[in-house]
Amino acid sequence: MSDTMSPDAAIELHGKEGLVEDWSHDKQVYEMPWGKAMMWLFLLSDTFIFSVFLVGYMSARMATTDPWPNPSEVFALEAFGYPVPLLLIAIMTFILITSSGTMAMAVNMGYRKNRKATFWLMFATAILGASFVGMQVFEWSKLIEEGVRPWFNPFGAAQFGSSFFMITGFHGMHVTAGVIYLLVVAFRVRRGFYETIPDGYKIVEIAGLYWHFVDLVWVFIFAFFYLW
Amino acid sequence: MSNDGQHPLKIYWIMWIALFVLSTFSYATDFLERGALRTFLILLFMFIKAAGIIWIFMHLGWERLAMKVTILGPPIAIIVLIYLMSLEGMYVEDSRLENYGESTMEVKSPEH
Repeated sequence: MSDTMSPDAAIELHGKEGLVEDWSHDKQVYEMPWGKAMMWLFLLSDTFIFSVFLVGYMSARMATTDPWPNPSEVFALEAFGYPVPLLLIAIMTFILITSSGTMAMAVNMGYRKNRKATFWLMFATAILGASFVGMQVFEWSKLIEEGVRPWFNPFGAAQFGSSFFMITGFHGMHVTAGVIYLLVVAFRVRRGFYETIPDGYKIVEIAGLYWHFVDLVWVFIFAFFYLW
Repeated sequence: MSNDGQHPLKIYWIMWIALFVLSTFSYATDFLERGALRTFLILLFMFIKAAGIIWIFMHLGWERLAMKVTILGPPIAIIVLIYLMSLEGMYVEDSRLENYGESTMEVKSPEH
């Protein structure tokens, strides 16, 4: 039966049957614009990069015999006269979640081809992302001032410094790239660049995928590096 | 099963608020004593947040099974890497203790 089925009919199948048809028909496997499929594959490979960083951090932390510094003391900030643990990190987490929300709204508005709302929501996302990076710069300079280096750390194991600069640095680089990417797409949306391209507004969803991924990685860094 | 992106805004609002609440819970775990409960809660909130971001915000829940399998299948290999590297980490720690003895590092406590 399936050898007489047209690719259009294959789309009607869902679940396991749909999976078999998607792979076995003489058609593209993923029912989406190529840009979106490529972004997903890029994010999958990026997942492995961040996983390897985090697993390397785990291994280094297990292997060291020096005492591991307590992150909630290292990253505490003075507020109202008391040291509040992880204060800045918590604020950064909430900023990133807020930006993920505005991005999700932007994707929705993009589908409705609401240019103005899409632009402003993407712009807000980029601003929140930029403030996240700004706070990370503050965090880095505070730690560097206190003597933390990639090869040395006055509070305990040297591996703490290497893991911190490596992991948060790579994540911060992703956020910075995301801010630039979002701004480019946002300004193109504003001047109607995607109006003439068929399915042009899919780019908003693709940029959104990248941005949500950056937030996703932060969830893991927050749990494994700052809380563990 | 439609994936035209025309979901009502409501589901994003719910997910957004849920992320705020879960992150507050995550942050609250930092005030617990280090132990099994704390570790369990850190992982629990982390996985719920990650699943919500992937499934709702990244729309994977509305994609076809071919896409879901492609994205969620390969990361399973990471579990093997975690297992192997934890063996390696424990082995290196043991050989350091055996050859260099306990750490004599003098530790400064962080100032604020």
